[in-house]
Amino acid sequence: MEQKFQYVQRLADAPLILGQRLCEWCGHGPILEQDIALSNIALDLLGLARNLLQYAAELKGEGISEDDLAFSRPEKEYQNFLLCELENGHWGKTILRQFFFDSFHYFFLNELKNSKDDRLKAIAEKSLKEVTYHLRFSSEWVIRLGDGTEESHAKMQEALNEIWPFTGEFFQVDELDLLMEKQGVAPNLNSIQKSVQQRVAEILTQATLEIPEGTWMQKGGKSGVHTEAMGFLLAEMQFMQRAYPNMQW
Amino acid sequence: MVIELKQHPEVWSVLEKVADPEVPVLSILDLGIVRDVNFEDDQLEITITPTYTGCPAMNVIATQIRMELMAAGYPKISIKEVLSPAWTTAWMSEAGKQKLKAYGIAPPQEDSSDKTALFSTPKSIICPQCDSTDTEMVSQFGSTACKSLYKCKSCQEPFDYFKCH
Repeated sequence: MEQKFQYVQRLADAPLILGQRLCEWCGHGPILEQDIALSNIALDLLGLARNLLQYAAELKGEGISEDDLAFSRPEKEYQNFLLCELENGHWGKTILRQFFFDSFHYFFLNELKNSKDDRLKAIAEKSLKEVTYHLRFSSEWVIRLGDGTEESHAKMQEALNEIWPFTGEFFQVDELDLLMEKQGVAPNLNSIQKSVQQRVAEILTQATLEIPEGTWMQKGGKSGVHTEAMGFLLAEMQFMQRAYPNMQW
Repeated sequence: MVIELKQHPEVWSVLEKVADPEVPVLSILDLGIVRDVNFEDDQLEITITPTYTGCPAMNVIATQIRMELMAAGYPKISIKEVLSPAWTTAWMSEAGKQKLKAYGIAPPQEDSSDKTALFSTPKSIICPQCDSTDTEMVSQFGSTACKSLYKCKSCQEPFDYFKCH
């Protein structure tokens, strides 16, 4: 039970942290439609994180709530992909980060909906419908900006070079992943890797962007070792609970 | 999917009064949010499902259901939220679609089966103001999670489209 709790909590952390990041765009999007689009995506991701954290809290018992898990953990206990916590940067970087996450997320949920765990299955089925829209949106923007003006292309290529080393973490398998896969709860990460890479290559080619040559990839999210961006994110996200412990509204 | 209304019609008619807080012309029955009504002794259990995962209206809807039912004389109410089977626009009633259109929101137009196709060309959406099909999408994401933003090229009016889901 403890292991499943850990796993479900891990699944929640990526949408929770990325959702939090996307919220920073609220009121600051380049134009109103994009502002609304990112807020919508953030809302879907936070909804997903809530569904998962509610489940995790039930698995944990001991009177733990979804809010405790979201707002009261120390940095080291968050297991999101490092990609999710990266700073927003410019619109193009945010879109590219979103595109990589959506590409993984889409194929991951597509497999998770075959999980032997009924609750995860239901959550995945529900979210997949929304993530399909996310992937379409971010893919279109990557193509538009990559194959856009000289300036937008240069900015996208620069963002790609920066983000690329953070895209290997989706497929790094640890003991918990293996255990959950053996129990039929989690998908096999290797089996979705090909579909994700194919999709990414297809869109980047259309966007006239070049995949960087380096193959070295960042890691650490799954073991709670984060980038320096994470502390600032948590400081903001957890502020109310830290300043006024157990406050409610 | 047609919801079985035969059991406890008196409860369903109370639920008909609860409006969606974001699209107030629709009742929660028009939307297909209420999945089941059950009595365990004198305890009334209402099962609801969210349209979208992060739908911020769920709490408000649950509170309104409680208030309407209490006013109608049901003191013991529990509200259960289920995710599966996942809500789809196919559950929206015909009456609901007509009400949406009259309210100025284009109702969902295709069935939701081909939604996994990533770059499918969207059907031309009919303008709820002038019925023209000469419309274009401005943004996939509109004022709420369930809507996209469109513009009619005939009458020049912008409008919301309730996405197929």
